[in-house]
Amino acid sequence: MITKTVNQKAWFLVLPVLFIVALNAIIPLMTVVNYSVQDTFSPGVFFFEGTKWYREVLSSPRFHGALGRQFMFTGIILLIEIPLGVAVALAMPRKGPWVSVCLVLMALPLLIPWNVVGAMWNIFALPDIGLLGYGLNWLGFDYNYTQQPFAAWATVILMDVWHWTSLVVLLAYAGLSSIPDAYYQAAKIDGASAFAVFRYIQLPKMKRVLIIALLLRFMDSFMVYTEPFVLTGGGPGNSTTFLSIDLVKAAIGEFNLGIAAAMSILYFLMTLLVCWVFYTVMMRGEES
Amino acid sequence: MRGVKILLVFIYILFLMLPIYWLLNMSFKTTNEILGGFSWYPQEFTLASYKTIFTDSTWYSGYINSLSYVLMNTVISVSLALPAAYAFSRYRFLGDKHLFFWLLSNRMAPPAVFVLPFVELYSAMQLFDTPLAVALAHCLFNVPLAVWILEGFMSGVPREVDETAYIDGYSFPHFFVKIFMPLIAAGIGVTAFFCFMFSWVEMLLAKNLTSVAAKPIVAVMTRTASTAGYELGLLAAAGALTLIPGVIVIWFVRKHIAKGFALGRV
Repeated sequence: MITKTVNQKAWFLVLPVLFIVALNAIIPLMTVVNYSVQDTFSPGVFFFEGTKWYREVLSSPRFHGALGRQFMFTGIILLIEIPLGVAVALAMPRKGPWVSVCLVLMALPLLIPWNVVGAMWNIFALPDIGLLGYGLNWLGFDYNYTQQPFAAWATVILMDVWHWTSLVVLLAYAGLSSIPDAYYQAAKIDGASAFAVFRYIQLPKMKRVLIIALLLRFMDSFMVYTEPFVLTGGGPGNSTTFLSIDLVKAAIGEFNLGIAAAMSILYFLMTLLVCWVFYTVMMRGEES
Repeated sequence: MRGVKILLVFIYILFLMLPIYWLLNMSFKTTNEILGGFSWYPQEFTLASYKTIFTDSTWYSGYINSLSYVLMNTVISVSLALPAAYAFSRYRFLGDKHLFFWLLSNRMAPPAVFVLPFVELYSAMQLFDTPLAVALAHCLFNVPLAVWILEGFMSGVPREVDETAYIDGYSFPHFFVKIFMPLIAAGIGVTAFFCFMFSWVEMLLAKNLTSVAAKPIVAVMTRTASTAGYELGLLAAAGALTLIPGVIVIWFVRKHIAKGFALGRV
């Protein structure tokens, strides 16, 4: 850990970043706050409405539904991706020519535009010509993700696992490769079991990167929009309409500005709260 | 035990490759064959879909537009983040921790929240439907990320390097460009890679901040899917082509990718 000196002039180095992020974050956020407390009947004419939109959003079953589905989705993919990612990272070779090949192949899904990921899985899961859909039906499952909510959910989750597990693998692998060989040799001399090596050497070394993985996966899955939207369009019915999909539907599809803005603010506050909790935990880990 | 491990990695990579194979498979089929039913590989191999994309300007200009805002964003993000990351890694100043958290919180803000205000903001700035608008909008999440990654890499460089340079009489800009930047070259590469990646894969903002002149490939694809009927072969070929820039940049940073994904914090 580097010791830092106090220097207020450092602010000048930060100014450009502050300016560009403030332009993109503060002005739009103020616009949203504005909309969330006003109503309009014709362009340019606004009325102050106080907390009307917030009360309406908080009591609407539609918002509760989207929020519930969002938490369920995020919970399920975290429960699958984190353990699976750690397992794959532990199974990877530490040295040799295969490491680069594995890493490049694994990183590939992360670099595909999100709507292409949706389109790709759309094609992959079609019941009549897609490998997944055709295969499942051939095996005797009645599978059609455009009509069955359960099939749609399973496909959206499988797609997310396909898309993002590699991020966890790469992070966990980075943590593992920072462990010196001497640790393993010492464990071998002591006759430690594979589980003990995992529990007392590998897991503590991975803790920091796993917190980053958890933070990134929580946040990105919490604001997921493009992939499920392209794959299922939020359907069948509302069954895969997550928070972002519902928000864009209200803002751009129905042009319900007040409702959409109030939803945005609530949504933003939730992510901010979770982000702050993770950040505090992470910084405590870095300082100790 | 070793066998089980190799099998797990093999199955995982196979699982990753199957949908990609299927996309390539579809892109080489004729429309008739696609609608004709299931087949493991193209029976009548054709490059017709790719030919359409490379000869029709609405298609290929989509790739040019996308690449131009992605490159602009990468240059802006990295060059603004470099001095800021240095400040965070070397100095304490009033409000530094709060500022760092605030920056980070923007990386975590859902783009869906910002779509509508962004359209208004960039229309007011007369930038709507230009690549620059998308490049600046993507700074919302790429600049904080760049600061975060670079700060991690810079903290790995001992302070003595800075102090020695100052004693030797280097000015700050001279020291930064001549001595410090070469030391963290890998970190700069990894940062550029991440900015490229997150700008390249984003669709919601890119699509809504453009209409005709600067339409990115991701938006061209959604329109084809909805208006021109079911041109799956064309859609698959367009998708397959979007994989290429990713493969190229990943090859450049393959040695640093693991550390890069850990944001320089291992």
